[in-house]
Amino acid sequence: MTELGPRLLARDRSAVAPALNLVDDRRPAARREAAVLLAELEAKIGRGGAPRIGLTGAPGAGKSTLLDALVRRRRAVDETVGVIAVDPSSRRTGGALLGDRIRVRSGAGDPGVFIRSMAARDQLGGLAEATRAGVLVLSAAFDWVLVETVGVGQSEGEVADLVDTLVFVAQPGAGDLLQFMKAGILELPDVFVVNKADVGAAAERTRRELEAGLGLGERDAKWTPPVLAVSARDGIGIDALDDTLAAHRRALGAEGLAARRSRGRDAAVRAGLVARYGSFGLEALGGTEALERRLAAAPGEPGFALLETLGNEIRAALGDRAAGS
Amino acid sequence: MTEPARRERDRPWVFRTYSGHSSAEASNALYRTNLAKGQTGLSVAFDLPTQTGYDADHPLARGEVGKVGVPIGHLDDMEALFREIPLDQMNTSMTINATAAWLLALYVATGERQGVAPAQLRGTTQNDLIKEYLSRGTYVFPPEPSMRLISDMVAYTVHDIPKWNPINVCSYHLQEAGATPVQEIAYAMANAIAVLDAVRARDDVPEDVIPDVFGRMSFFLNAGIRFVEEICKGRAMTEMWDEIGRERYGVQDPKLRRFRYGVQVNSLGLTEAQPENNAIRIVLEALGVTFSKNARCRALQLPAWNEALGLPRPWDQQWSLRTQQILAFETDLLEYEDLFEGSHVVEAKVEELKKAAQEELDRVLGMGGAVAAVENAYMKQRLVESHTRRLRSIESGDLTVVGVNAYTETEPSPLVEGANAILKVDESAEREQIGRLDAFRARRNPTEVDAALQGLRDALANGQNVMPPSIRAAHAGVTTGEWADTLRKLFGEYRAPTGVVAREAQVTDEANEKVRARVRAVGATLGRPLKILVGKPGLDGHSNGAEQIAVKARDVGMEVVYDGIRLTPSEIVQSARDEGVHVIGLSILSGSHQILVMDVLEGLRSEGLEIPVIVGGIIPEDDAEKLRQHGVERVYTPKDFDLTRIMSEIVDVVGERHARD
Ligand code: B12
Ligand SMILES: Nc1nc2c(ncn2[C@@H]2O[C@H](COP(=O)(O)OP(=O)(O)O)[C@@H](O)[C@H]2O)c(=O)[nH]1
Ligand SMILES: [Mg+2]
Repeated sequence: MTELGPRLLARDRSAVAPALNLVDDRRPAARREAAVLLAELEAKIGRGGAPRIGLTGAPGAGKSTLLDALVRRRRAVDETVGVIAVDPSSRRTGGALLGDRIRVRSGAGDPGVFIRSMAARDQLGGLAEATRAGVLVLSAAFDWVLVETVGVGQSEGEVADLVDTLVFVAQPGAGDLLQFMKAGILELPDVFVVNKADVGAAAERTRRELEAGLGLGERDAKWTPPVLAVSARDGIGIDALDDTLAAHRRALGAEGLAARRSRGRDAAVRAGLVARYGSFGLEALGGTEALERRLAAAPGEPGFALLETLGNEIRAALGDRAAGS
Repeated sequence: MTEPARRERDRPWVFRTYSGHSSAEASNALYRTNLAKGQTGLSVAFDLPTQTGYDADHPLARGEVGKVGVPIGHLDDMEALFREIPLDQMNTSMTINATAAWLLALYVATGERQGVAPAQLRGTTQNDLIKEYLSRGTYVFPPEPSMRLISDMVAYTVHDIPKWNPINVCSYHLQEAGATPVQEIAYAMANAIAVLDAVRARDDVPEDVIPDVFGRMSFFLNAGIRFVEEICKGRAMTEMWDEIGRERYGVQDPKLRRFRYGVQVNSLGLTEAQPENNAIRIVLEALGVTFSKNARCRALQLPAWNEALGLPRPWDQQWSLRTQQILAFETDLLEYEDLFEGSHVVEAKVEELKKAAQEELDRVLGMGGAVAAVENAYMKQRLVESHTRRLRSIESGDLTVVGVNAYTETEPSPLVEGANAILKVDESAEREQIGRLDAFRARRNPTEVDAALQGLRDALANGQNVMPPSIRAAHAGVTTGEWADTLRKLFGEYRAPTGVVAREAQVTDEANEKVRARVRAVGATLGRPLKILVGKPGLDGHSNGAEQIAVKARDVGMEVVYDGIRLTPSEIVQSARDEGVHVIGLSILSGSHQILVMDVLEGLRSEGLEIPVIVGGIIPEDDAEKLRQHGVERVYTPKDFDLTRIMSEIVDVVGERHARD
C-alpha cells in the first residue's frame, strides 16, 4: 500500500498534486512507486471512479470555454471536477506554454475544481501514458474528470481510449469537418457539438451537414452519436449537452463501460511497452500476437500492473540490456 | 545682426501632464498648481480600483487605492477633484475605459452641480476597450457589451455633449506593448472602424449624423525614438483616416475627416540605467509628433526622466512640461508651414507605411474586424511576437540602447542619489479613502440608491442608453463599485487571450543552448521537466514582462504556466500547487509588490509548499532588499535586460532548492 493511494480514494485533495507529480516523475525510484500506486488505483476504480469525459477538436473551436461551462454546471450541483488540459504546442526540444486556464475561470480559487495542464512531450506514446495516469489519479479523487486535447488528426484515437465519452467540438464552417471526415476521425466521438451557435444560421447549417455526414458511417446500433448546437460563451445548449452525456453513460451501461475501459487498458499497455522497450522489446515477448494473447488472458488485471509484469519479462528476456529509462 | 523677421506662429498644441494620486483633494491641488505653471489641459490618471470598477474597500483593491492614480468612488470625490476648476473652461482628458460611462456620468453630474450644462463640457474619455484587451488590461466586460457601452456613449455625446470626444482610439498602448509602426497604424484603424460600424448599426443614430460621429473620433498615438519614422507614421495615419472617411463612411466635409490626435511619447524605451538620458529621448520623441504642421498632434503629454524608476514627483513632471514649453515657445517650430511637403524621402516612407498597414488592416477586416481579431487572439499574438523580437535585438546588441547594452560606464548620477528620486504615495491614502467612502455611504438615501440601480439595470436590460440612468445614479449617490457590479452581473466578466504562443524560432546561440542544456539537466534530476508558473497578482495590467518571461522560459525548454493578468495571490498559490510547478515567478509593476508578494509567500507557507519565488518589475532597491529578507530568491528590474541570464539564474534557484530537499 502506498501512502497516497488511500488518501486519494478518501478524496483528500491535498494528495492529488503530489500524486500527479509522482506519476509524471521519471526517476527509477519514483517510477516504481508510481507503478504501485497506479496499479492500486486501477484495481479499485479501473471499472468505476469518476466518469471520464474527453473534449477534442481543432484549436479555437471553444473546447476550453465549453469545459468551463461544464465545470460550472457540475459545481452548481456541488460535484467536484478534475481537469487535465493537454497542451497542443509543445516543442520537440522540450518547453511548452500552458496558458489554457485563461478561459477556465470557474476553477479559480475553488477547491472543488482541480486543473493540471500537461505538455504533449512528443515521446512515443507520451500523451497516452502520462495523461492516462493523470486521469486515473483524478478519477479517484473527484466526481468528474474532464480531459481537453487538441484534435489534430492522430490523437483522437488515443483520447478515445482514455475516456468513457468523447465529445468532438466543431465550430461553424465546414472546412475542418471535411478534413476530419476524410481522416476517418468522425467514427470515434460519441457526441458531436457545434459550438458558437450564437453566430446564427451558419452553426445550424454545420450541424445539419455534420449529421448528414455521420449518417453515412458504420455505427454501433445502441448509440447514434447526436449532433448538438451549443454556445459555450452564452451558456446555450449546455443543459442539453449535460443530459446527452448522462444518456451516453446510460446507453453504455456497466458492460459497455467495462468493455471501453478494457479497450483503453489494452491500448495503454501496447503503447507503454512500445514506448519503453521499442518493437525490439515486443519481439522479446513473442511479438504482437503473443502480447494480444496475454492481454486477453488477463481481463481483470490492472493495465499498470500488467505493464510492469510484461516489462519485467522483457527485461529478463533481454538480459536487462534495454532497461527502462 | 538684425532680428529675423517674426513669422506668424501656429497655435501650440494643448500641454498636458498625466497625473493624479492619493485622493481627490491631493490631486485637485496638484492640478491647480500644474495649471498655474502653464499647463493648458488636464489629464486625469485614475487608480486601478476606479479603472476596474471596485470600491476602495473591496478585497481586490487592497494596496491599490490612490497608488497609480486618483481614487474616485462617488460624486463627492469627483466634485473634490474639480473644486475651483470651472468645467466650462476646462478641457479634461480622462484615461478611463471599462468604467468610462460611469466616470463621464460623474463628470456631467459634477458640472451640473457647478451650474455647467452638459453641452458646455469639453474633453475626452479614453473609452477604447479593444486596446485594453490588447495591451492596457483594465477591461472588465466581454467585447460585445463593451462595444455596446462605447457606442452608447458615442450616441449620447453626439447629441448631448457635442464637444466631447467619447472615444480616443489608442495606438499609444499598442506601441507600449511592442507594436511596430505598421501594427500601430493598422490596429488603430481597425479599432476605429469597429466602433464606427457599431454606431452605424444603431437604430437611434440616423445615417446623416455619421459624418459628425466620424468627426468626433479622436486618436491617441505614441512616438518612439526612431523619430523620422514617427513623423512619417503621423502623416500616414492622417492620409489613411481621410481616405477611410471619404470611402467607407462617405464623409464629404474635409474638416470632419481631419485626423485629430493627442500623444504621449514612448515610455517603453525609457531606461532605468542612466535615467538622465531619458530627458533627451523624450525631446526627440516629442519632435516626431510636432515637426509636421500637416500632421501635428493636438495635445501632448511627456513622461518624466525617471519613468522606469517609479512614479514622477511634481518636479519631474514640471521638467517635462517645461520641455514642451521650450519646444513651442523658444524654438521657431511653430513659425513654418509644413516642412516635409514635397520631400521625396518622407513621401516614399509614408507610402511604404500606408501600404503595409493597409495589408494588415485588410487581414484584420477579413477575419471579421477588430473584435474578432481580439477574440481569436490574432492581434495580441502579433504584438507579443513583435515585442519578443524587440527584446531579442536588445539582448543581442542589434538594437543599441545607450547606457543599457552600450556605453554602460557611468559616473554616479546626482539625480538618483538616495531612494527619493520618485513619488511615494502615503500608505494612509487607502485608509482615508475608505473612511470617506463609509461616511458617504452613511449620508446618502438608500431608497434613492436602490431605485437608481434598478433604473440602471432596467435600462441596460431593455437596450436603452447607459448614460441617462448612470447620470441619475451619480446624483443619487451610487458608488463606482455598485455601478460596475450591476454591469458585471448583467454582462459577465472577460479574460482576454494572453497572446503568448511563441511561434518565433528559438534562439540557438551558444548562451541559449547552454541554458537549454541546464534546463534539461535539472529536469532529469527533478524527474520531470522544469515547470514554472508566471503569475500576475493584483489589479496590475502590465503584462509585457510576464509575457516575455513566459516566452523566453518556454524557449529555453521549460514548461510554462501563464494564465494572464489579474489573479489573486490565493489563485496563484492554488495554481502553483495543482500544476505542480518547481518555481513561481511573479511580475508586478503597479507598485503594490510588498502586499501581494507577502500574500503569496504566506499562502505557500500555509499550504506547506516549498516552492521558490522570484519577483520582477518596478521594485525600488530598498523594497527588493525587504523582499529578499522575506524569502524571495531573486528580484529583477528593467535594467536586467539579458533574459538568457535571468533564465540561467532561475535554473540555479531551482537546482539549489532541490539540492537542499
Ligand atoms: C509599457 C508600460 C505600460 C503599458 C503596459 C503594456 C503591457 N501590456 O504590459 C501601458 C501603456 C498599457 C501602461 C499602462 C499603465 N501604466 Co505603465 N509603464 C510601462 C513602462 C513604460 C514599461 C514597462 C514594460 O513593459 N517594460 C518592458 C518589460 C519587458 O519590462 P519589465 O516588465 O520591467 O520586465 C523586466 C524586468 O522587470 C524583469 N521582470 C519583470 N517581471 C518579471 C517576472 C519574472 C518572473 C522575472 C524573472 C523577471 C521579471 O524582467 C524583464 C526583462 O528585463 C513602465 C515604465 C518603465 N519604463 O519601466 C510604466 C509603469 C510601470 N506604468 C506605470 C503606471 C502607473 C501605469 C498605469 C497604472 C497608469 C494609470 N494610472 O492608468 C497604467 C495602467 C496599467 C494597468 N492596467 O495596470 C508606472 C508604475 C508606477 C509604480 N510602480 O509606482 C510606471 C513605472 C511608469 C511611471 N513611472 O509612472 N504602462
Ligand atoms: N461566439 C462564440 N465564441 C466562442 C464560443 N466559445 C468559445 N468562443 C471563442 O472562441 C475562441 C477560442 O475559445 P477556446 O475555448 O480557447 O477554444 P479552444 O482552443 O478550443 O480551447 C475564444 O475567442 C472564445 O471566446 C461561443 O460559444 N461563441
Ligand atoms: Mg483550449
